[in-house]
Amino acid sequence: MKNRREFMQTGFKALCLCASGGFLATLALKADEGYFLRPPGAEDEKRFLSLCIRCGLCVKACPYDTLKLASVFDSPKNGTPFFEARKTPCYLCEDIPCIRECPTNALDHQYLEREKGVLELKMGIAILDSASCVAHWGVQCDACYRACPLIDKALKLELKRNERTAKHAFLLPVVDHEVCVGCGLCERACITEEPAIRVLPREYVLGRAGTNYVKGWDKQDEQRLKDADTSKKNEQNKARDYLNSEDLL
Amino acid sequence: MRYLLLRRAVQLGILACLGFSSLDFIAKGDLSSSVWFDTIPLSDPFAFLQIVLASLSIDAAVLSGALIIAFVYAVFLGRAFCAWVCPINLITDLAAFVRKKFGFKSSKFVILHKNLRYLVLILCLVLSFALSLPVFESISYIGIVQRGIIFGSVSWLFVAFVIFCIDSFLSPRAICSHFCPLGAFYALISRFALLKVKHKAQNCTKCYKCIEICPEKQVLFMVGKESKSVSSGECIRCGRCIEVCDDDALVFNILDLRSKK
Ligand code: SF4
Ligand code: SF4
Ligand code: SF4
Ligand code: SF4
Repeated sequence: MKNRREFMQTGFKALCLCASGGFLATLALKADEGYFLRPPGAEDEKRFLSLCIRCGLCVKACPYDTLKLASVFDSPKNGTPFFEARKTPCYLCEDIPCIRECPTNALDHQYLEREKGVLELKMGIAILDSASCVAHWGVQCDACYRACPLIDKALKLELKRNERTAKHAFLLPVVDHEVCVGCGLCERACITEEPAIRVLPREYVLGRAGTNYVKGWDKQDEQRLKDADTSKKNEQNKARDYLNSEDLL
Repeated sequence: MRYLLLRRAVQLGILACLGFSSLDFIAKGDLSSSVWFDTIPLSDPFAFLQIVLASLSIDAAVLSGALIIAFVYAVFLGRAFCAWVCPINLITDLAAFVRKKFGFKSSKFVILHKNLRYLVLILCLVLSFALSLPVFESISYIGIVQRGIIFGSVSWLFVAFVIFCIDSFLSPRAICSHFCPLGAFYALISRFALLKVKHKAQNCTKCYKCIEICPEKQVLFMVGKESKSVSSGECIRCGRCIEVCDDDALVFNILDLRSKK
């Protein structure tokens, strides 16, 4: 009897420890999949992560139940708020209650000031997949365009001649990346099975041209050319002797 | 049983106030930061500290919330958070119960030092600064469990299970008394809190039931030896020792001025 009891105990222990070990492994493997759209005022992800105390007050404040707190599987972002545009986008409340309620300023309170406000938010950027957007096939659809709160500013319709029919025009939705706030209303409205327009975090999408280009159409930019050194610096010897010095690169 | 029931009531009551949206007029948020009655901000001072180190900035709302909490525990209640608020306490108490019931022996391979938690505490603060991320908050099992309960998800149950397994099979009271940096933090700031457990040596019959049941045994070193209050910040004010003592040798005492001399 004693032995049997002991056996059961050890077996039970081992089982539980294996289960929790397995769970921890899953956790480690699953962590950091996918992307997060952050609530308004969290555009600088690093700043946001350093400040968010994971209280969920923004989640409670949102009248549309847009925001959710990330679960264990998303560590180390676990507990931080995010939203999924296709399910529930951000409706850009005039008074931005999510930011108002945030106690730590993780959602930047400067957006509460008058001249800033919702239209300056940068939660992400809408990207259009022209292959699956039916407007690009010539089917008339402007669902995203109509849904956009910044209609004709963030999302415009571009007219293009349809060469196939030679009679009709394409009405193509085009996102202006300087204006789009990333609310996701377009993604929500998109009629295709998987959205043909999707909001992605800005750092996934935006490039950076660098500072070496001088814009000829920008007077200020031209100033930079003033004291620039334009003399060429070619090493003539290197060009002549590269075979001898084995400096092939 | 008195204190035990009271503790469970407080623990669950707080979670209920935060969790049920019909009770939003009482409290919103979670144990990291919350707003009570739409006016009083409360914030976890340890989380606040990490955020300050991580972001090198301070915001008024969370500062006042953290000060209120720190003040209440440091001046009055001591490390009571661990026994009266923290939901992990429910799990580790259950684990301790199971452990005792089945007579599990501690593993010979896992020996945790009591002061490990202070090391973890320091590590958390240093790493928060170095990584610009509130480190403990990012991985905190307390956060996971309490948020899970309050916002109604399921994945926290696995974490709770892991904690349960560690505490019941690997090492007794491993999480709360050996590892937890939040407990260490409260132990540090509540060194001089007024609420204390008072020991009266003249009543003590030296049955040592109190020491057996105390989750932080080292704080009861005076039992049976001298009349003295438990002055260590590590006492979680759970009142277990008081309940288990049949001889009235232990009581809660708010203003023990004598021992302050
Ligand atoms: S702006 Fe409004 S809809 Fe958008 S996340 Fe904040 S509270 Fe929700
Ligand atoms: S209110 Fe602020 S601190 Fe709280 S979860 Fe939302 S973003 Fe984080
Ligand atoms: S995300 Fe879509 S709906 Fe929102 S502003 Fe950008 S283009 Fe418009
Ligand atoms: S001394 Fe008593 S009140 Fe303090 S932790 Fe131990 S059992 Fe709990």
